[in-house]
Amino acid sequence: MHALDVVDVKKSCTLHLQGGLHLPVVAGVNFAVRPGTCVALVGPSGSGKSSILKMIYGSYRCDGGRILIRDGDETVDIATAAPRAIIALRQRAIAYVSQFLRAVPRVAAIDVVANEHDRAASDEVRKRAAGLLRRLNIPERLMTVPPATFSGGEQQRVNIACGFLPDRPVLLLDEPTASLDSENQAVVIDLIAEKKQRGVAIVAIVHDNEIRAAIADQIVDITGFAAAA
Amino acid sequence: MIDANDHPLLEAEALAKWYGRQLGCRGVSFVLYPGEVMAVVGESGSGKTTLLQLLSAQLAPSSGRVCYRMRDGVLRDLACLGEAQRRCLFRTDWGYVHQDPALGLRMAVSAGANVGERLMAMGCRHYGRIRSAAQDWLDRVEIACDRIDDAPTVYSGGMRQRLQIARNLVTKPRLVFMDEPTGGLDVSIQARLLDLIRRLVTQLRLAAVIVTHDLAVARLLSHRIMVMKDGAVVESGLTDQVLDDPREPYTQLLVSSILPA
Repeated sequence: MHALDVVDVKKSCTLHLQGGLHLPVVAGVNFAVRPGTCVALVGPSGSGKSSILKMIYGSYRCDGGRILIRDGDETVDIATAAPRAIIALRQRAIAYVSQFLRAVPRVAAIDVVANEHDRAASDEVRKRAAGLLRRLNIPERLMTVPPATFSGGEQQRVNIACGFLPDRPVLLLDEPTASLDSENQAVVIDLIAEKKQRGVAIVAIVHDNEIRAAIADQIVDITGFAAAA
Repeated sequence: MIDANDHPLLEAEALAKWYGRQLGCRGVSFVLYPGEVMAVVGESGSGKTTLLQLLSAQLAPSSGRVCYRMRDGVLRDLACLGEAQRRCLFRTDWGYVHQDPALGLRMAVSAGANVGERLMAMGCRHYGRIRSAAQDWLDRVEIACDRIDDAPTVYSGGMRQRLQIARNLVTKPRLVFMDEPTGGLDVSIQARLLDLIRRLVTQLRLAAVIVTHDLAVARLLSHRIMVMKDGAVVESGLTDQVLDDPREPYTQLLVSSILPA
């Protein structure tokens, strides 16, 4: 039984401001992820790795194919689901660490993380958020500060905490370790191993070969899905 | 926050409004569920405010209809409601936040009376209870309690806008219409107001239709977005999908026209 099934997915863009330039992104994308395993997407920059993650999260549209996500006893096709269904599915079934943190003004780092789990976060959730930030070596004094002024690496760690705090069956990671030092990279590798133990299905984009070797159970080469121009 | 068993709260069907030969908007259809926040974006003159006025029964549509699920659970066509029923909705079950707070407040009476008036419209008569509810709401919108007896004429623009929100939410509405709620405020005040709106909408599980021309406001507050141009909806969908992967030429133009800060 797969937690996530990507079946014959296709995506292209039409840039109307560039005279209707048609850009094929990917076609014939096929892979599946079992609970407790990690699939790493590889391929050169611009080959469509992030686009595939965004289609799974539902922030990019698919032009064809199916993206099936297990949600309890049901299976939802995110490629065709209504906006409400996608929002509900995200709250229950998908966690996502994007490349860059989108910080909300005035909201403290700890609340940015806790709210990702639940907008009306309880003290218990905030405690767990603080624990996770501590593990990612965010100093105590920064937790109550909005992350807009944080360094790139600190923002990325807040972003990682956002994605790792909720326990959802599918976890999408877009370059989670790119701007981290080796100590924090090791923390992220541990966190990924713990998620796998708890049965989470992970799709990750990681450029670093060593880190990829440490986390991935299966490699999917995106260049095979290049869309014909 | 979103429950699969919910029934639609507001339904718009093929709404159109003509001002003589001048088009306000046309062909607008959508369904809004409890707890759902929808942003309507587009440039000035695209029909956003006309749509908001049609949805809130302040304007009668030239064709099409708007249905609202009343507190008794029955979906009713707004055009078939009597004037008294419509006014009752407007005073209790709905909120309407104007861009200019002076339009939504009584400028000559105190802040406390501004909040209390909606409670009195619902039948509250106990002065002490009304005052303490007003105090509680001023506190929730971060207005100091010693300002309760001041009239909004001596409030700053940001405070007036927060007071207008308190006045609207005191009756625990299920649906709030907002017309450029952060327009005309400077950015630091805007950030505070957005944070406040975001928190209250979640806590109270409000459904909202928010008209804005600011895509950042739409991204922060809404689940869904509707892009309007020349009176018609050109694109709609999940907010991050429309903003991150815009499909229509006009949406691509809007998204690409934002200056990064």
